[in-house]
Amino acid sequence: MSESLRPFRAELHVHTVLSPCAEVEMIPPLIVEEALARGIEIIAITDHNATANIEAVQKAAARTNLVVLAGMELQSIEEVHSLCLFESVELAKEFQGYVSRALPQIKNQPEHFGEQFVVDETGEFIRREDQLLLVSASLALNQAWKLVDELGGLFIPAHVNRKAFGLFENLGFLPLDIPLPTVEISRHLNSRDAVTQFPQLAGRQLVKGGDAHRLEELAGFNEFYLAAPTFAEIKKAISRNEERSVKIID
Amino acid sequence: MNLQEIVDSLHLMPLTAPQEFAGITPSCGYASDLLSCVMAGAAHQSVWVTLQAHINIVAVATLLDLSAIIITEGAQPDTATIAKANEEGINLFSTSEPTFSVVGKLWQLGLHCQQPQIK
Repeated sequence: MSESLRPFRAELHVHTVLSPCAEVEMIPPLIVEEALARGIEIIAITDHNATANIEAVQKAAARTNLVVLAGMELQSIEEVHSLCLFESVELAKEFQGYVSRALPQIKNQPEHFGEQFVVDETGEFIRREDQLLLVSASLALNQAWKLVDELGGLFIPAHVNRKAFGLFENLGFLPLDIPLPTVEISRHLNSRDAVTQFPQLAGRQLVKGGDAHRLEELAGFNEFYLAAPTFAEIKKAISRNEERSVKIID
Repeated sequence: MNLQEIVDSLHLMPLTAPQEFAGITPSCGYASDLLSCVMAGAAHQSVWVTLQAHINIVAVATLLDLSAIIITEGAQPDTATIAKANEEGINLFSTSEPTFSVVGKLWQLGLHCQQPQIK
């Protein structure tokens, strides 16, 4: 292998002010600044059932060394959260179309759930998202997986060890009807203890998510060995193809 | 009380191949949508009431040898789930009613039992 690989620190689970539960500090310039200050070179923007702030963060990161991947944290009908990551914003938007049609029409009540802001690259207010995002789409896990797979994306059950919206709590165990080679564990679980506590994780590629709702949670637990900081390279690393790899720094 | 009486009283729609329901006497009832809780808390041979229609419910029912799963609020398991349930001999039923009403009716029918204590 002549290509030279190098480590890239990555945080694949980042919320912005579009997620009702995120702090108001989660605006594009501050996310970019904080990630870079922490030596993180790749982030994925993964708002709850939403994609409207991805481009703003990408613009804020232009002319910096931070790569911003397009993603979403989907809540499927089982009340399970999964990271859905895509090669481009366009593909993420295509997926958004399916999700939006599958969301119940419930109006957000900011005083109870928090504000849902769409902002520009400077963090300036553009609009409020009126539809409540912290709800389950009427898409089953296997339906969502198929849509993401058809769009060339990565489907990663999120914080599987967490009591709230984690797969193990809600579904008992990883389902066998879809391939789930990659699974995210939360910041609360040491990766060395993961397989002991959840034997079904053996043989799966684990990533660890900061699930950043505030700046200090931009953790960057994942160290990817890649030729370049791109979605395609990350996909290879997760499949352990062409010597690419990822390891968790707890 | 046998499963046939429950099916008749609650107007449950069978989703799986009919068995001799009159020959099945549920031990108890259990209601939860968190499969991890069901695995830890539901008694063997009990009737489980849930709106979770994911394929994993079949494995949980097999694990606990449940008498039946009643899927509430019209939630529809996919064909793979129904096929799996048929394969495992698990009785799946559907109802448009919410879990609260179904449990209330089961209780009224006399399906009372001592639940195992869950820590």
